Amino acid sequence: MMGETAFDLTPVLAEFILFVGALILLVVGAFREKDGARLITPFAVLIMLIAAAVTIGLDKGPTLAMGGHVLYDEFAAFLKVLILLGAAAGLLLAQGYLDDHDLNRFEYPMLALFSTLGMCMMVSANSFVALYMALELQSLALYVMAAFHRDNLRSTEAGLKYFVLGALASGMLLYGCSLVYGFTGTLHFSVLTEQFMAENAVLPLGALVGLIFIICGLAFKLSAVPFHMWAPDVYEGAPTPVTAFFAAAPKVAAIGLTLRILAQPFGEWTTEWQQVIVFISIASMLLGAFAAITQTNIKRLMAYSGIGHMGYALVGISAGTNDGVRGVLIYMAIYLVTTLGTFACILTMRRKGRYVETIADLAGLSKTAPMTALALTVFMFSLAGIPPLAGFIGKYMVFMAAIEAGLFALAVIGVLASVVGCYYYLRIVKLMYFDEAAEPFDGRNRLELGAIASIATILVLGFMFMPGLLLPAAQAAASSLIGL
Amino acid sequence: MVTFLPLAGALFLLFIRGDEATVAQNSRAVALWTSLVTFALSLLIWGNFDNSQAGFQLVEKAAWLPGYDINYHMGVDGISLWFVLLSTLLTVVVVIGAWHSVQTRVREYMIAFLVMDTLMVGVFLALDLTLFYIFFEAILIPMYLIIGIWGGARRIYASFKFFLYTLLGSVLFLVAILTMYAEAGTTDIPTLMAHEFDFDLQWWLWLALFASFAVKVPMWPFHTWLPDAHVEAPTAGSVLLAGVLLKLGGYGFLRFSLPMLPEASAEFTPLIYTLSIVAIVYTSLVALMQHDMKKLIAYSSVAHMGIVTIGIFTPNALGISGSIIQMLSHGVVSGALFMIVGVVYDRIHSREIDRYGGLAERMPGYALIFMLFMLASVGLPGTSGFVGELMIIVGVFQVSTWTATFAATGLILGAAYMLWLYRRTIFGALDKTELKNIAAMRPNEIIAFAPLVILTIVMGVYPSLFLDPMQASVDNLVLQITGEAATSLSQNTALLQGAK
Repeated sequence: MMGETAFDLTPVLAEFILFVGALILLVVGAFREKDGARLITPFAVLIMLIAAAVTIGLDKGPTLAMGGHVLYDEFAAFLKVLILLGAAAGLLLAQGYLDDHDLNRFEYPMLALFSTLGMCMMVSANSFVALYMALELQSLALYVMAAFHRDNLRSTEAGLKYFVLGALASGMLLYGCSLVYGFTGTLHFSVLTEQFMAENAVLPLGALVGLIFIICGLAFKLSAVPFHMWAPDVYEGAPTPVTAFFAAAPKVAAIGLTLRILAQPFGEWTTEWQQVIVFISIASMLLGAFAAITQTNIKRLMAYSGIGHMGYALVGISAGTNDGVRGVLIYMAIYLVTTLGTFACILTMRRKGRYVETIADLAGLSKTAPMTALALTVFMFSLAGIPPLAGFIGKYMVFMAAIEAGLFALAVIGVLASVVGCYYYLRIVKLMYFDEAAEPFDGRNRLELGAIASIATILVLGFMFMPGLLLPAAQAAASSLIGL
Repeated sequence: MVTFLPLAGALFLLFIRGDEATVAQNSRAVALWTSLVTFALSLLIWGNFDNSQAGFQLVEKAAWLPGYDINYHMGVDGISLWFVLLSTLLTVVVVIGAWHSVQTRVREYMIAFLVMDTLMVGVFLALDLTLFYIFFEAILIPMYLIIGIWGGARRIYASFKFFLYTLLGSVLFLVAILTMYAEAGTTDIPTLMAHEFDFDLQWWLWLALFASFAVKVPMWPFHTWLPDAHVEAPTAGSVLLAGVLLKLGGYGFLRFSLPMLPEASAEFTPLIYTLSIVAIVYTSLVALMQHDMKKLIAYSSVAHMGIVTIGIFTPNALGISGSIIQMLSHGVVSGALFMIVGVVYDRIHSREIDRYGGLAERMPGYALIFMLFMLASVGLPGTSGFVGELMIIVGVFQVSTWTATFAATGLILGAAYMLWLYRRTIFGALDKTELKNIAAMRPNEIIAFAPLVILTIVMGVYPSLFLDPMQASVDNLVLQITGEAATSLSQNTALLQGAK
């Protein structure tokens, strides 16, 4: 395994492009003075898009690389494309905000690139070492991005909170990895999978405990209950485009990683970990539904909404079947598009140059900014899971997997939670359409915001008519993870 | 195409530009033409319909969700044919009726109604359970917006209540759909009808479906959203809500609960009968005490749908065809009644019965039309209301005489509140000052009422025009439910005609 694959960089070509591109831009940025970012950001986005194209073009037979630490397959490819596109969009969204706050330094796209690199490696990880390295790379970049607005108290607080809690979670995760290693003797997922699929394989108790620790660490990254405490505060405190960035792509990466670990090495032991995931899922869905009702800040509301959505994604994971994986992948893809679109609309909320964040500021938006209101309505209904928007299909697939796996109670609780959650999404629509108009927002929004919001709206609205965009790819990805 | 043409119209409306007044005028025109063409197309469907076939006709099937066995499958049969026509006709009526009464945000108004047209037709034509559910749920969105934006004083409370209450039932329906999919491997309706679920599973599935349809119909005690929603909705919204949306519940029972879950349906029939009777008697009594015209008619809707549900769960052709024609009649009559309230509301801006009286003097044409629909609601022979009620009561009498007796009693109460309402508003002296100069009916209102008037009378005197297309499908349905051939509908109709 060492000899042939050690120097074959083809499976990691996308990451390589990201890495080299990031380093080059880093050097360029360090030598340009003030307006470095204006030059670098478009290139950063371009690099991400090139990496995405490369990912699609590569041969996706499962190949190992880097001494068996990295695995490239359909599943990884699917997720990488989502991550790269999501990160590119997230980076594009940031421009206006950063300019307005005079924060547009070149470090921002750098951090975004490194974080994306970490995310791509996460979904390709085939060993605990690679997993941890990638996770840390992604997280550290995000911690700094959260505190990017360094003169703002809330932003610094957010970054610090995220960092401390994240470090704790990473520690738990590492401890779990070490337990698994200690009790099974190997770091590589593929070797573990073989071990566990053997005839009389047993799961050592220590490895199970280690798995639980790993799940805890991952649940933190996912902002799943009971490790969700950081999310509302960090979402609210961080600069809005940063919130957009880490509400989108990192969640996809974390879900991918969770799927990878639970399906491949520990796929045989579904009965052991299913209860844990079901519990986390129910708790997340319920908290996400109830806690968001009283929120007045839209970013906090999105945080709780995100917690709830991770709960729904975990429903699919808990099924532990091919359909479950497929459902989760579809769900995350739709979630990514919807979240980015929502934040694009949120970033238009400016009055006289100042950004406003409360939900009440959206009152009467249908009269002052009808297109934005329409887009937000589409996204809100999609997040609520109401047909004919795309979010419904995601929920449908996920719950279908759960019911096929016999998890009826989970499905019923899930749908009831979604009704409760519907209330606050409806409230936003109500504010926009039924209420008197508040002071209108500044009109001229940047091109990127409009473009991203429009594309997202069309995708979410039109998904019913063109499911072929996503479903076959998701099926291929799921099958490469868990055979049918 | 009938399904998606209104949607195309709605999209077109999105792009109309210009100042407020021209936009409004153009929106109305586009909406009118779109809905008329849609209605004409649906008439074509009727024209191409073969009355003798029991199965689905004009079927379109296309692969939709790859990887799952969920397809785009649409078709019409005797049961859904009339609902499609009802939906498209009511949309036209509503667009004409709202010509002058809606002045704010006309374009959005028309868009909402055209979208609803699409969704309503889609619900009735869908032959795949997932597709059905999507259309079924999606209707909530435009209705929510219609109630909330153009509604009355308590519209926000009403719209939320409507949305969340209906959604709660529907998500349980979703779980049932997924369970059926897991069991049968498909959500294709014809396939599922043939599939036999075992009884324990049927029991749970039936309850889940009941949760959804009972809220939609609405059945007592799940009806509390209806008075609020109907009262606060704008006239056109109420018309479609009463005219079509309530029928979704009935259609759901007919299309899903009965053929797919026959044993459970038989098991739960006493429950349905009991709830229906309570609905008829209780809501009629409540209607009697109302001060608000719209609320009175809303409660009368619940009572009428109570008769319908009795008819649906009567396993013979009389009962089921009776329930379908009663639903059609109720759609037309209730829709018309709400428009009648809307006519005077546009003038006085009040629905309080006490503020009206003696309208016959100033608005004779209005009084005549009101009388026609009021009598149809009561169920006077010769009007559409009679046919359905008679068929249902005769049908259920063959199954349970007590139920028939109670149901018939409810009809008397119906006469009570309707006649009293009519007397208080139309007859008597015209002594209230604000009514002295009330305007007579405008042309657009008369045009809007015309098709409804014609339909009510035609359905009353020539019901076999409507019953014939249903016959084959209903007989097939009864066969599916009871496993034995039903007494043919034509034999029963001959009996009835002989009795007349």
